[in-house]
Amino acid sequence: MEILIQLAIILAKVIGLTFLVVLPLVPISVYFERRFSAVIQDRVGPNRVGIPLTLLGMKKDFHFFGLVQPMADGLKLFLKEDFTPVHVRKAFYWLAPALTVIPALVTVCVVPFGSPIEIGGREVELVIANLDVGPLFVFAVSSLAVYGITLAGWSSNSKYPFVGGVRSTAQMISYEIALGLSIIPVLLYYGDLNLSNIVQHQADHGWLLLPFWGHDAENPFIHKLLFLIPALIAFLIFTISIFAETNRMPFDLPECETELVGGYHTEYSSMKFAMFFMGEYAAMVIGSALIVTLFLGGWSVGFGADAWISGLAIGSFKFGGLIHLGVFLAKLVAFILFFILVRWTVPRFRYDQLMRLGWVIFFEAALINVFLAALIVAAPQFTAAITITGGIVLLAVTGALIWVLRVSEPKTLPNQGLLGSN
Amino acid sequence: MPVIKVKRPPLATGEKFYLGAVFKGFIITLRHAIDSMRGKTRGAKDLASSGLGATMQFPEQRWDDHMPEYYRGAPALVTDEQGRERCVSCQLCEFICPPKAIKIEPGEIPSDDPWAKVEKRPKEFDIDMTRCIYCGMCEEVCPEQAIYLRKDYLITGGTRAEMIHDKKKLYEIGGVRVGLVNKWNELK
Amino acid sequence: MSDPASTAEARLPKDIAAEKGMVNVQIDGVWRQVPKGTRMIEACRMFAVEVPHYCYHPKLSSPGNCRMCLVQMGMPPRPAPGQEPVRDENGYESIGWMPRPVIACANTVGENMGIRTTGELVEKCREGVMEFLLINHPLDCPICDQAGECRLQEHSVGHGRGQSRFVDMKVKKPKNVDIGPRIRLDDERCIMCSRCIRFMDEVAGDPVLGFTQRGTYTTLTVHPGRKLDSNYSLNTADICPVGALTSNDFRFQMRVWFLKETKTIDVNCGTGANIVVWTRGNKIHRITPRQNDEVNSCWMPDSHRLNFHYIDSDHRLTEPLVKKDGRHHAASWTDALAAVRAGLDRFSAAETAIIASARMTNEELHLTMELAEARGIEEITTVPRSGESDGILISADRNPNTTGARLVWRREDPSFRLAGILDGVRSGKIKALLVLGEDLTEAGFTADDLAKLDFIASTQLLAGPTAEASDVVLPGAAFAEKRGSMVNVTGRLQRLNRAVEPQGQSRDDWEILRDLAGRKEPHLIEDVFKSMAAKVPEFEGLNLSKIGDLGKAVVETGVTIPLLENERARKAAGQIVG
Repeated sequence: MEILIQLAIILAKVIGLTFLVVLPLVPISVYFERRFSAVIQDRVGPNRVGIPLTLLGMKKDFHFFGLVQPMADGLKLFLKEDFTPVHVRKAFYWLAPALTVIPALVTVCVVPFGSPIEIGGREVELVIANLDVGPLFVFAVSSLAVYGITLAGWSSNSKYPFVGGVRSTAQMISYEIALGLSIIPVLLYYGDLNLSNIVQHQADHGWLLLPFWGHDAENPFIHKLLFLIPALIAFLIFTISIFAETNRMPFDLPECETELVGGYHTEYSSMKFAMFFMGEYAAMVIGSALIVTLFLGGWSVGFGADAWISGLAIGSFKFGGLIHLGVFLAKLVAFILFFILVRWTVPRFRYDQLMRLGWVIFFEAALINVFLAALIVAAPQFTAAITITGGIVLLAVTGALIWVLRVSEPKTLPNQGLLGSN
Repeated sequence: MPVIKVKRPPLATGEKFYLGAVFKGFIITLRHAIDSMRGKTRGAKDLASSGLGATMQFPEQRWDDHMPEYYRGAPALVTDEQGRERCVSCQLCEFICPPKAIKIEPGEIPSDDPWAKVEKRPKEFDIDMTRCIYCGMCEEVCPEQAIYLRKDYLITGGTRAEMIHDKKKLYEIGGVRVGLVNKWNELK
Repeated sequence: MSDPASTAEARLPKDIAAEKGMVNVQIDGVWRQVPKGTRMIEACRMFAVEVPHYCYHPKLSSPGNCRMCLVQMGMPPRPAPGQEPVRDENGYESIGWMPRPVIACANTVGENMGIRTTGELVEKCREGVMEFLLINHPLDCPICDQAGECRLQEHSVGHGRGQSRFVDMKVKKPKNVDIGPRIRLDDERCIMCSRCIRFMDEVAGDPVLGFTQRGTYTTLTVHPGRKLDSNYSLNTADICPVGALTSNDFRFQMRVWFLKETKTIDVNCGTGANIVVWTRGNKIHRITPRQNDEVNSCWMPDSHRLNFHYIDSDHRLTEPLVKKDGRHHAASWTDALAAVRAGLDRFSAAETAIIASARMTNEELHLTMELAEARGIEEITTVPRSGESDGILISADRNPNTTGARLVWRREDPSFRLAGILDGVRSGKIKALLVLGEDLTEAGFTADDLAKLDFIASTQLLAGPTAEASDVVLPGAAFAEKRGSMVNVTGRLQRLNRAVEPQGQSRDDWEILRDLAGRKEPHLIEDVFKSMAAKVPEFEGLNLSKIGDLGKAVVETGVTIPLLENERARKAAGQIVG
């Protein structure tokens, strides 16, 4: 009996969190993408599709800002002809879309959506699997998505998808390193790999990027303030690398329309294309969730209010976790909006710039950041002399690196184009 | 050809980080977004804009009142004031049509017709509106001033067959046009 | 270099030219050598200098009545007695230009003559002539069928003055006149060049056309009580430089600028007139003769020219048919060919006969012979088809390729076995027939004879009694749908070119024959010709491209074409340029 209830709870969490929370976020972010880009560009965007009340004999349709548009889009994609070109390698061609969606959805399972709720004395954590290796699991699974894109590019047997797939692979491998290195300082700071614990820590002692409450002897304010420096660097590198990992706009070279038609999904149509589309947006949702969890306090409201919210109860039903769930989703949507704003503001990088940014700047910066964070984290245990020596060594290494970079930078060549040769 | 060698301006250290420029970009895009949502977009007052951006809300608001004189809509055949077909099916429009949208089958006017002098008229005249690009070459090339681009712009249909305008439909859109054509003149 | 004066004295250009029967003519400032007695217009044409003209036609007499070919002419001034002519350093005398123009079509060149086809005088004259010609012209180009190939349009763009100064009423003349069964006359468009009148008189030998009235009222008419019903009447529409004479068959069908031209040959009689097939898409719109001075000059008979409508008619067979329970059913090519092979396999070679056709190309006849040899079939024949020569172009042999069949099959008479086959069918000795493109009822077979046969397979173009009687019908290609070669009655190897794709599922006959033999090779008709040329000594060293557009004489048959004889006689008499 007990095991059945456990199973039911797990099933409810899987279905509820994956299919009722994360998946609906995909069409919602598509809708936001379209509306937000429209207002940025002085347009209107989709504002028509709603509930056609006139069909039922009423006077006016109920548009509601076109919020039903994503459903119409989905329906359209569903009803389109599912065309498989003859020249593709069928098995891989069919497998590829699934391979992009599944990793994005699987990573959902370690994201803590809220503080635990209590129903009838039974505590339910709002996380599908409370793994003790959360971030590692996320990296391990989410980088599998590159197989989907690479296979799509290769199995299409067509040049543009192929170039898109190759680009995607190179890009993902390059940024995976910066991504992994950049969160090491964060993990050093928390001393924990369990995402639920990380969020709980932030709720108790202040968010990583907003450490203004919950000071105590173990977590002095000055130490948290000092750690803001590596935290901000890590945040910057992590966020930008997530952009690259999700193939979002300044780094959407695998599918850049101006060069590659549609990139790796050129040969896809109907639901198979929709799956790439969904996978991309799901990756964006997961990326945002990760950033929010690691840097911006996850489900935490902050300012010490979390314990009180967690304690709210009607009878034996402690529903505070649901409020936290709402807070988490609000933060998530805000970050998705930031994603969108970036897409419609920053122009696309050139491929060599992208590679240079990943390998030459982010990799080094993340590496130095690891030592900087280690120094700050370890400082209380060492004497001042050791700390200062460490700081000087770090500075020297950083200076040397910057010098090497400057020297190795390609000289601006004299203009030798077609015009120059004249 | 004069050659101007342009040198890239060297970037200051601050500029090399690009972050400042990116944030400036955010401010610009956000300002546009906020202006749009407050209904203060540039161009919102022009034409019959909806006030939501510069966009016209189509089925309710229409171009009709703002159609310029030179607007090129659907091509159509015209008759003269006596209801005679101006077209003699010389097929020059069929020849010139860049997307090959026009198909004409010439026919002879029977000798008992009062205007048998003209001898020739189109038996079939089809314009495939799925192909037509509204370039106006047919109007330009027509030696009998029989084909004009009218202001009709809502050319829609549920099937491909519906989108092919036959002779009847073309005369229906075209209507009558008064003007000098003297091919009916016995002594010209 | 030696002294120029002494060289000039020794070898004057006129002497050098005279040795070869030539004269020196200065054409637009360049000295040229042309044969003595050449018309000025032809001399210009030899050196790619175009002189616009309407009435002049090299195959007709030159009345010089259109005045379009006016050029400026000059001759050396006659020296005073005792005075030596003045020569320049190259030995040419200086030219004294005449103040008035002459017509280039009726004057012959002379030694040291000068011709100017440009310059103010000539251009003024042309502008004037064009303006006069257009005075009464109705300018109904959008309606007129000649638009696009109209000399009046071309020359008024090239040499006209752009607008008319004529303010009076145009003369009203009859329009849309029914002067013959195949020709329509529009007198308003006529520019009185008289080409049609001369053609009917001199070539067709049926002078029914003429002018009535005078001056600006001059009208082209047909002789009272007569019609322009000669079998050569459509040639007048070809040579008419304007849209006055148009073909009823082609009238208002299609504008010429849409049409694609394919050079090929006519297959209605042994003459094998050279033709151009005018097509748009997969439809033939008209056929016109193509100049070949060894075959048909510039002309062709109406009956042959109009005989192409069957190609896309309702009677055309477009898919393979296999008879089952007395009814024909459409079948795939694979099934139909297998049915023919199975049908023929049921009978021994002695019980089988092949009736081929002298309307087939050499390549097809060659493959037919190979098929017969592979199956060991002895009885193989063509069907003779003869009529009466019309004394002009139509040959007595109405098969286009009898000579070819003779050469390819190495037989003096390729049709000599026909009577034997007919007897064999009647006696029941021959039980299976493979008929290639012939209608057996024309060859003396009756419906009863056909009913006696156990198995008939035929390639056919049109539905007919033979197709009806056949157990398997394979749709072949018409003459305008295939490539290949034929030899005409005079022994000239000529080439057919594909103008349109075979209708529906029908196929090139040589491919059908190859597949009937169960072979995969050859893939190209060029290879068929190659293997044929290896067996036929007359074709040695030739291939389809070497035949060329005008053909190659490969054998001497002694047959002549009356029209060409007539033309040569008139040329020898100096009546035409030829």
